[in-house]
Amino acid sequence: MKFSVRVLMAACLFLISTPGQAQEKKSAPELRVAAAADLSAALAEIAQTYEHKAGVKVKLSFGASGALTQQIENGAPFDLFFSADMDYPRQLVAAGYADKSTLYQYAVGKLVLWVPADSVLDLEHKGMNVVLDPSVTKIAVANPQHAPYGRAAVAALEHYGLYDRVADRLVLGENVAQAAQFVESGNAQAGFVALAHALAPGMRGKGKYWEVPADAYPHLAQGVVALSHSQYKKEAAEFVEYVKTKEAVEELRKYGFTVP
Amino acid sequence: MTIDWQAFWLTLQLAVTVSAILLLVGLPVAYWIAFSRWRWKFLVEAVVALPIVLPPTVLGFYVLVALGARSPLGRWWISLTGHTLAFTFGGLVIGSILYSLPFAVQPFSASFAGVDRKLMAASATLGASPLRTFFRVIVPLSVPGLITGIALSFAHTMGEFGVVLMVGGNIPGVTRTVSIDIYDRVQASDYAGANATALVLLAFCFVVLVLVYSLNRKAWAVGPAK
Repeated sequence: MKFSVRVLMAACLFLISTPGQAQEKKSAPELRVAAAADLSAALAEIAQTYEHKAGVKVKLSFGASGALTQQIENGAPFDLFFSADMDYPRQLVAAGYADKSTLYQYAVGKLVLWVPADSVLDLEHKGMNVVLDPSVTKIAVANPQHAPYGRAAVAALEHYGLYDRVADRLVLGENVAQAAQFVESGNAQAGFVALAHALAPGMRGKGKYWEVPADAYPHLAQGVVALSHSQYKKEAAEFVEYVKTKEAVEELRKYGFTVP
Repeated sequence: MTIDWQAFWLTLQLAVTVSAILLLVGLPVAYWIAFSRWRWKFLVEAVVALPIVLPPTVLGFYVLVALGARSPLGRWWISLTGHTLAFTFGGLVIGSILYSLPFAVQPFSASFAGVDRKLMAASATLGASPLRTFFRVIVPLSVPGLITGIALSFAHTMGEFGVVLMVGGNIPGVTRTVSIDIYDRVQASDYAGANATALVLLAFCFVVLVLVYSLNRKAWAVGPAK
């Protein structure tokens, strides 16, 4: 009994002390950035370099662009929003949650068909048609309802007239990163993911990819926008300026983004 | 805006299947926990209670990896059936059984442990086997606990989200449960649809719980006297 009381007290002390420590560091401005899941590797590196340079903390939250838009409309405290398309930022501007003048297209994403490294599927020669292979029982895509890459994948399948033939094999990831993870864990035999995922350090050796031709799906132009209620508008604008610099653009290109 | 009745039907099937299996699996486990004198018993109790503490993401992550072609278990299943259990109804059942296990086992074993030992001893001296004692003495005296355990695992599975999100793959009619359907609608700004679906779920769960608890009161009143 005595022992459990002591443990309980220790636990309480721990709980009380932790938030205090977090508050001590609040002197530097903190940018809260919501970003599309395809940016998880590239933007993390860009933000890290920027933190060292500018002395501003950048906190990243990744998710499906539609899900993030939803959160922002319901008061999520973000300063910047990097979407995987242009529509969601425009939607936020129209609804008054974002500043129109800040909308900027920072990159164009690419959709790839991705299979595990040990897969026998002949991506190189068959391309899109590997999804018809009998060994492919599950094809991972991001949820087209709220993930731009999911919409792109469905559009590409329709472009090749394959959608109806494979619709019952599709499994939906909550966002494009989860679609990639369904393939990586060996549960889906192929998946439509962002080129940025196929090139990310943790994934590079684990799969083979085939770039879906750009004319098969709507252009994945990706936009960033500053949010209206942000307290750090100046810092947010400075970070977007940094994303336009050669250094950051190189980083985006390294992960397969096209930067106009 | 229409309600996805298919998702309701699927969720109901899942919850019924899971609570039925948990009743079968939970009875012997709970019996063992209630009456075993093994000194390391607390280790098993801790393992059974883990899903209460663990976030569903941890459970979902492990289940997904375990079912996948990278794990020996997953490979064995794939060699047997030709497909992975993830993204199937069976996969959801496995995840949900793990997820709801303590909600069945704990009430079961608590009510078993509350049965008067003298009655069990009397049953034994009258020549009943332990199995006969279990079904003729222990189970009848534990009906309220059994109902609570079944009701809790049923309700817990109805409302399950994290595990399904991680191993389900959101396939209509196969793994798209009501909670996933509501989530999708909210993400897509379909508040009216989300609200209608959520209200139906709310009303349904309330009715089920009211039925269970009113039944349970009767069981309390009748059980001990019998």
